[in-house]
Amino acid sequence: MLWLGWLALIAFFVFCWQVMTQNTIWAFVSDAPSQAGDIGSRMFPPRWSYIPQLLEPLWDTMNIATLGTLLALFMAIPVAFLAARNTTPSVRFIRPIALLIIVSSRSINSLIWALLLVAIIGPGVLAGIVAIAFRSIGFIAKLLYEAIEEIDASQVEAVAATGATKAQIMDYAVVPQILPAFAGITVFRWDINIRESTVLGLVGAGGLGLRLQESLNVLAWPQVTVIFMLILITVLFSEWISAKVRHAII
Amino acid sequence: MTMSPDVPFRETWSRPPFIKRAWLRWTLYGGALLYLALAIGSIEVNWTRVWDGLDRGVRFIEGFLVPDFTSRWEDILVGMEESLTMTVTSTVVGVLISIPIGIGAARNIAPLPVYAVCRAIVALSRSFQEIIVAILFVAMFGFGPLAGFMTLSFATIGFLAKLLAEDIEDIDESQAEAIRATGAGWWQIVTYAIQPQVMPRLVGLSLYRLDINFRESSVIGIVGAGGIGATLNTAMDRYEYDSAAAILIIIILIVMAAEYLSGFVRKWVQ
Repeated sequence: MLWLGWLALIAFFVFCWQVMTQNTIWAFVSDAPSQAGDIGSRMFPPRWSYIPQLLEPLWDTMNIATLGTLLALFMAIPVAFLAARNTTPSVRFIRPIALLIIVSSRSINSLIWALLLVAIIGPGVLAGIVAIAFRSIGFIAKLLYEAIEEIDASQVEAVAATGATKAQIMDYAVVPQILPAFAGITVFRWDINIRESTVLGLVGAGGLGLRLQESLNVLAWPQVTVIFMLILITVLFSEWISAKVRHAII
Repeated sequence: MTMSPDVPFRETWSRPPFIKRAWLRWTLYGGALLYLALAIGSIEVNWTRVWDGLDRGVRFIEGFLVPDFTSRWEDILVGMEESLTMTVTSTVVGVLISIPIGIGAARNIAPLPVYAVCRAIVALSRSFQEIIVAILFVAMFGFGPLAGFMTLSFATIGFLAKLLAEDIEDIDESQAEAIRATGAGWWQIVTYAIQPQVMPRLVGLSLYRLDINFRESSVIGIVGAGGIGATLNTAMDRYEYDSAAAILIIIILIVMAAEYLSGFVRKWVQ
């Protein structure tokens, strides 16, 4: 039975492979090593003098990620409370809507959000911020509502027993319990957002990606190398910060 | 039980501040505020363009309410076919390649030189996001789903090998030791002590990656690596928002279905 399953998987794989490659021009593929060598030779030496022109896009990239994360927080927190089984006002009506918001936001990659928003509000940093925010809502709200559902109910009960109002229960029993998780999630998402905002410019949403697109369009490979290196450093830096902060919190 | 007399009894209680040292607290708050002011100040927004664009936004929302599946159905079908096949093949190949690399990147069973090489591969694959890898592969292999397949396989390796290596490092050592005590060789330890312990997680992670690969396959088409992303990009370029909305709805539905299915299979495996 297990072998039959494996056989089916292999057959399915071969079928998919054939469908996928039916339009592939193999001459281009066999050509790939020499192409790679060609690009590689053009990428070096990197054009270091390009760096000063990259500082402003780098600042923009940071802002897209940070402001996008902040904007997402404002929208994700209410959604998370509406989606969590123990805090939602209505399990039957409001919870599914909140879950739908989460799923739609999570299914669409930030690059696609950016594609849409660039068409709607025009190219620039603002489209990038909103795209990052829209993509992050689902992520933050999902992890946050799972954290809310896992809180210790006895603390809520204890605070409720003192005669606290609904708002006071939230403030003194629910929020302190989820605060560490919340901070961790936020920093984690910020880290991912830095990573994603470096390429949002490919569709016109500002930041380093914009310079990348310009350089690719004119086949300026030495500049592309510099941009890649800068992206790599930025990503490693944000990962380092987020690891530090999460370590300090948890 | 006596209270020390110099501590006055407090009738009220207020929460301790988040950060104890006052100067640090205010410096951090001030710094954050300053950054926010600078960051928001440096955004240039062309408000007339935004105002003009709202009209398009309305059209897009209308497109979502009345999506147009029919007029671009052929293109959508081709894009979907490419995306789905690309997802399946790249996940299978990626998993197959990442198993040896994952084993090599586990410190408790791999010798140091192998460990270093495998960790380097993982770090390389993880540090570049899919879209950048896709740009390079499209330049090498030409436009089309093959470049997408290479990209996703490459990305799968970094993801899966890292998590697999961490799983192997976290296994219950006593089982490995028991097998080792029987005089088993390295290969036998891997098959009898490690494989049974990590297999359920590996299946779960592979399914999770299948899910991720599908999502990514809808994006890398923007830089020419085939799939539904290319169709979507074309629809946006032609200002056919109702077709674009239809594509997005299909993507959301498939992602939901994949998430539900993989959750189901994972529960069944574990």
